[in-house]
This record gives sequence, structure tokens and C-alpha cells, in this order.
Amino acid sequence: MSAPNYKPHLSRSEIFYPTFERKSGNKEVTHYCPGCGHGSLHKMIAESIQDLGINDRTIFVSPVGCSVFAYYYFDTGNIQAPHGRAPAVGTGAQRARPHSVVISYQGDGDLAAIGLNEILQAANRGEKMVVFFVNNAIYGMTGGQMAPTTLPGMRTTTTPMGRDTRLAGNPTRMCELISTLDAPIYVARGCLASPKHTMRTRKLVRKALKMQTEGKGFCFVEVLSACPTGWGMQPVDSHQWILDNMVPQFPLEIFVDKTDLDHDDYIPPKAPSPETFHEVIRIADAANQMAPAQPETKYKDPRIKVAGFGGQGVLLLGLGLAQCGMMEGRHVTWLPSYGPEMRGGTAHCHVNIADEEIGSPLISKPTVLVAMNQPSLTKFEGELVEGALVIMNSSMVPNKPKRKDLELLELPATAIAEELGNARAANMVVLGAYAGYTGVLSLETCLESLKTLIKRQALVDLNVKAITKGFEFGKAARG
Amino acid sequence: MATEAKRPPLLIKGNEAIVKGAVLAGCRTYFGYPITPASEIAEAAAKDFPAIGGTFIQAESETASINMVYGAASTGIRTMTASSGPGISLMQEGISYLACAELPCVVVSIMRGGPGLGNIGPEQGDYNQVVRIGGHGCYKNPVFAPSSGQEMCDLTMHAFEIADKYRTPVFVITDGFTGQMMEPVSFPDPIPLPPEKDWAVRADKETRENLISSIYIEHDELEEMNLKLQRKYAEIEKNEVLAEEFMVDDAEIVVVAYGIVSRVLRSTIRLARAEGIKVGMVRPISLWPFPKKQLEALAAKAQQMIVFELSNGQMVDDVRLSIHDNIPVRFYGRMGGNVPTPEECLDVIKRYAAEGGAK
Repeated sequence: MSAPNYKPHLSRSEIFYPTFERKSGNKEVTHYCPGCGHGSLHKMIAESIQDLGINDRTIFVSPVGCSVFAYYYFDTGNIQAPHGRAPAVGTGAQRARPHSVVISYQGDGDLAAIGLNEILQAANRGEKMVVFFVNNAIYGMTGGQMAPTTLPGMRTTTTPMGRDTRLAGNPTRMCELISTLDAPIYVARGCLASPKHTMRTRKLVRKALKMQTEGKGFCFVEVLSACPTGWGMQPVDSHQWILDNMVPQFPLEIFVDKTDLDHDDYIPPKAPSPETFHEVIRIADAANQMAPAQPETKYKDPRIKVAGFGGQGVLLLGLGLAQCGMMEGRHVTWLPSYGPEMRGGTAHCHVNIADEEIGSPLISKPTVLVAMNQPSLTKFEGELVEGALVIMNSSMVPNKPKRKDLELLELPATAIAEELGNARAANMVVLGAYAGYTGVLSLETCLESLKTLIKRQALVDLNVKAITKGFEFGKAARG
Repeated sequence: MATEAKRPPLLIKGNEAIVKGAVLAGCRTYFGYPITPASEIAEAAAKDFPAIGGTFIQAESETASINMVYGAASTGIRTMTASSGPGISLMQEGISYLACAELPCVVVSIMRGGPGLGNIGPEQGDYNQVVRIGGHGCYKNPVFAPSSGQEMCDLTMHAFEIADKYRTPVFVITDGFTGQMMEPVSFPDPIPLPPEKDWAVRADKETRENLISSIYIEHDELEEMNLKLQRKYAEIEKNEVLAEEFMVDDAEIVVVAYGIVSRVLRSTIRLARAEGIKVGMVRPISLWPFPKKQLEALAAKAQQMIVFELSNGQMVDDVRLSIHDNIPVRFYGRMGGNVPTPEECLDVIKRYAAEGGAK
């Protein structure tokens, strides 16, 4: 990009509105107090926007503070943001419109107190925006309360005896804090206390904005600025006060300058074509519809609870039952026990398969219990309906149910799976056995469901065998 | 609602169906923070949004999430976030700003047990927070309450359309079970995007003069803005009510329930009907606007209404106001992550049936 032609601006920048129509009262003057630094900084920013020719692309985010009304003045796109949130608002806007030049313009309370998290995180993500941070060591708009940057001993309305660092902490140095992060490409501090300082600050502002036109990365420019009203000083004295008191606390340096380094840009994938869209968002691969099995009436519309240890594939087994039911054109629901219980302890899930629309997915009176371990049988035996079917993994459930009204299928699922080479296939043995015993699902459906259930091709053979073995066992047990 | 051209169903979690619905509705930016039982929404968005050229950001907090939504919505594109009660609490400031700045967006709340840190079980204790407004000022927001995986997709798509139609934040609110549950969902084709919005700040010449703001320093101007919002809300109340009726034609008892509870009550009503109890259900799908007219009409025929909720009765007042207390309104609720069984609800219905319609 060729260097912009920086002409001295002898008249008011075109980036300022000719009159401030959004403002009430006198539309010819700003709302800022005499001696305030905002006017000077506004001017520098406006002139840079004009010279860079970026006013159409610019989104100026105004925060809460004295500069809340920056949109009175700047002839750019304008967004007014909640207190402290300008970097988050800017992030949303910039990501939504990647060609935009986003300016976040914030005061010390807004940026370094309530918005400290947002500024650090936006900086750390390397958002493509420039943040202008006006540090005047005080809350101006709300009438002169302590800011994070208030100097030790400085009197404000909320530190009437002077800021006692033992009680109210020390001034926050934002440039220093932000320069510990890897992503920012430009971090600098200037001040507006003298013509010499002002000219230097003008360069910082221009450089940071120019980086945005090139989409280079996150830039942060802090500007020490006077608040004669808040400080209770004459404007001229306030400038000397900056030099004597603020500059020693907030040194005028360029902390980070990586602007010459090559920029490793992230280029997002292109939007998929309408033909591939469903594939990309993974909703294209609907399972084959299978012919429905014709079970005996007593096994129809099962309400199944599947329970066992975490790691026994209990949730996957439930999912398999639901998947098969869906493939056979039935209504199904699958509801897991979720949360901390999932991790390491016991797990269970509820599966409904029904011809008519399902009401409660939560099963209070199961018609089928799959107990993969002893605690599951003990825990859930009591809630079963009269005559319910219990499929117990007899390899791991030594004690049969106490109730005598239950229909019992003793299935050595773990042992069968071990014979096939992997105890973890016990869940699929159960799926096959349930289908074989009850006739609710067909063997073909169970095998077909593996296409959806098992992601690793290497495991498919094992699971085909497990389902088939289970199915034969179930069918034989039924007689 | 957009339900044309459906494909064969996929077995999918409700939370994931929300993301698919959002993507099919043309949403291309997601900003969110993890929280159980809503985290699958962020996880699915992290997969799908970048893959289609969109944006996913795991924000530093729910406060940042909603403000990123504010920024993205300001530029005129479809955008969303999701969370659960504690996170929605943190978003309330931003939602108030979105409402006043008239920015369309979709916010999903998958309710868990509260108050405080509570637990991650399903609850409906955030009805007041969302339906009655948790932020500051005189605003409202449409709220849709899915009760199935299919509705998680369909109502999310619908929410984006309502958000744009009225330039307002819209909530999709449900409980942890509906978020975690898997059901078959048939996904429709993508819906066309609305034309570029002329009010937005799009970082171009055409929209350079635009301002997105919620500040009205002059009292009269702010009052006028508020009146404008109220006119908009009146339109929404007139046009956007959604409710489902179930076996109400001859019902002496009308049950009112939404989300997972309506599913339980569907089972209960079948049990009750088998015993000859004339009971039916109204399921509000839009919680605001509330289906006042439907309830009012049914109150003219029924003897009593029973509100079932996973809360301390936050929807009860809306039912009572809708029917002007013309017939008794009873309440049964569970809290803390507990969901009543169909049999438990049947007992409640029987008890009130025995009492009849006497006040």
C-alpha cells in the first residue's frame, strides 16, 4: 500500500459532521469542557480517517464515559456500547464485517475497571481493531470519582483523603499489562500535555489506524489527557500536572511494535454450495429406513431403562435402541442421565420406542430394564411395571431380582463379548439379544444401525458379531 | 414456521438441533460461554459455524458474549448466543441494550436448577427472568418454548424470522432435559436471508450515516422511543401467539404446561382419559406473547385449570390474568431438578377433580 498523503489540516476535518445534529442545545460546539483532551484526540483520529480514506469502512464504537457522545461528531458508522463492553461489541462487529475498520474509544473507568476483562481478551485474541484509551486518572462524566488510573494520594470524590494505595490499590498501567500478551501488534502511550507531545501522539494514532486498513491486528494507543474540571484546575496548569505527575507513573513509550512483521492471517473456509451444505453441517447422512419388525403385543411400545457402570457403553446401547426404532419408522426418545454422574460412576438412560407420539421421555415405570451391573439391578428393580422384562448381564450380576413377577433374560453379555475379543462389545450383545428375544427390532436394522453408531471402521466387524451372537442367544432363550 | 422440504430424520440432541436450525436460518456468527446443560450448543456451533465460513467465538464471559452479539447484530447480520440461568443473569444488561437499540438476535436459555449455583438438573425457574424481563427498563422480548427436538430446530428458525421482522431480541427457552434429549429431527432446507438491512452499520457508504444506540438524553425523546417499543410489542401480541391444544374439546379440567412438563402431561392425560377424567391441555409455545385468548375461550367451558411447572409457579399469574380468575387456577410444581412422573401428575388431577370447580 502506498503511503497516504498526509497534508496538514488547516480547516476542520471532513470526518466531523459540519454541525452536530444529534446533539441537543448548541449544535456548533462540542459537549466537552474547556481544556479537555478529547477534542484534540478526536481531531487526530478524524484527520487520520480522512487521510486514509476509510470513513465508509469505519465503525466507531463509543463507550460509556465523557466520550459516550462521540457519535455526535464522527461522520462514520457509529455504535454506542454498554459500559466497558466496547471491545466485545467491536469484536462482534469486526467479525461480522471483516472489511470494517473498528475503533474502540474508551476512558479509564470504562476500559481499566468495568471493562478490564473485555479489553484484555480482545487484545489476547488479536482482534482487528484499534483501541484508543483516554487516561485522565479520573471518572469525568459521573463527576470526579476514583479511576483505576488515579494517582496515589490524588483526591477524588470517592478518595476524599487522597487515594490510599493500602486500601484502594495502585494505578493500573494498561500499556504495560497489554504488552505481556502475544497478539497485539502495536502498544504505545502518548500524551497531550504540550505541542511536542501532541505531535508525537498524532503519529501513534495514525500508525495504529493505518495498521487497521491493512487488516494487521490489534493496536492499543493510550493517551494521557487532562480533565481540568475533574481535577479542579485551570487548563494550562492541568497540562503541567500531566507532565509532573502522570508521566512518571505512566511512561511515554512504544511498548510493542510488530507492525513490520508478516501477518499470518486466518482465512475462513468458503461457504459451501447449496448442494454440499447439508453434508457440511452433518445433517445429510440420514439412516436408511428399514421395514418395521412385528413384535408380540406384550413387547410393543417399550419403555426401556439401560443402566450400568460408566465405560460399559450404556448410553451408546440406549442410542442404538433409539436409532433402530427410528429406522423402523417409530417414534423414539433417548434421555441420558447427564452431568457429574456420567464421569466415572454409574450411568443410565431412558429409551422410548412407540407407535404413537411419545409423551414423557423420562421413564418412571419401565417395561424393560437392562442391568449391565449389580447396582443397576438393585437400584431400578423397584420401579419396574408388573411383569417387566429384565435383561441382566449375568457375567456381572450375580444376584437375581428379588421380585418374582419379572420376566428374566439372563445374558452373559460380557463373557460373550470377551469370547469375541473385546468385553466392550457387551452393549451390542445386549442390543442383539433384546431384538432376538422380543422381536421389537429386526436383526437387519440392528446391523444397519452400526453405520451410524460406530465411527471406527475397525470396530464394525466386532460389533456385527456381537449383535449377531446376542440376537441368536435372545431368540434361542425365547424358544 | 419453516418446515417445508424435510429430509429423513436424524437422531440428534435438542441442543444440537438448535445449532442446525440457526445455521439453516442463515445465522453465521455465534458467541457463547460454556455452561451445563447448554454446552452442546457451543460445541456444535464450534464445529458448524467455521465450516460454513461463519464465526464462532468462545467468549470470556456471558457478558462479553451478549455484547459480541450486540456488535454483530449492529452490522445487520443474523447472530445468536446461548446459555443457562446463571449466564442469562449476566446477559441481562446487554439484552436491555439490544431491545432499546432494536437489534435482532436470538438468545437461547436451557434452564437448570436454581437459584444460585443450584444444580444442572432441568428446571423452569427462569420463566420470570426471561418472560417477565430480567433487564432494566420498559422492554419485552418474544419467548418461544420448544418441547421436542423437532421444535428446537423449527422454533430457532422461527425465532430468527421474528427477530428480524420486529427488530428485537428473541428468546428460545427450554429445560435441561429438552436440551439433552435425543429425538428424530427432520431438517428443512435453508431459508432465504432477508435483504440487507438499511438501518444497520455495515461498514459501507450506504450505511455510514447510521447510528446504533440506546441513549435518548431528552426525556421526551426517550418517552417517544418507549412508546414506539410498546406499539411494537402490541403488534407482536396481536400476531405472534403460538399454542398447541391437546384433547381440550370436552375438557372439564384444562392443564397448562410448556416444555418438558407438557410432555409428561401428555402421558398423564392419556392415563386420565383411560379412567374417564375429562382433561385436556394447552401448551403455550410462545410464552410471551402469552396465549391469553385460547385460555380465555377454554375457561368459558372448563371448570378449572391446573398449571404444572418445574418452578414455584411462575406462569400461574399469566394464566390467571388471561382468564380473569373466572374459574379456579390450581398449581403443582417440582423444583431442584426433579421432574414429576405422569402418575404423580395424575394424582394431582384426581385430587382437584374431586374438589371440582368450586373456588
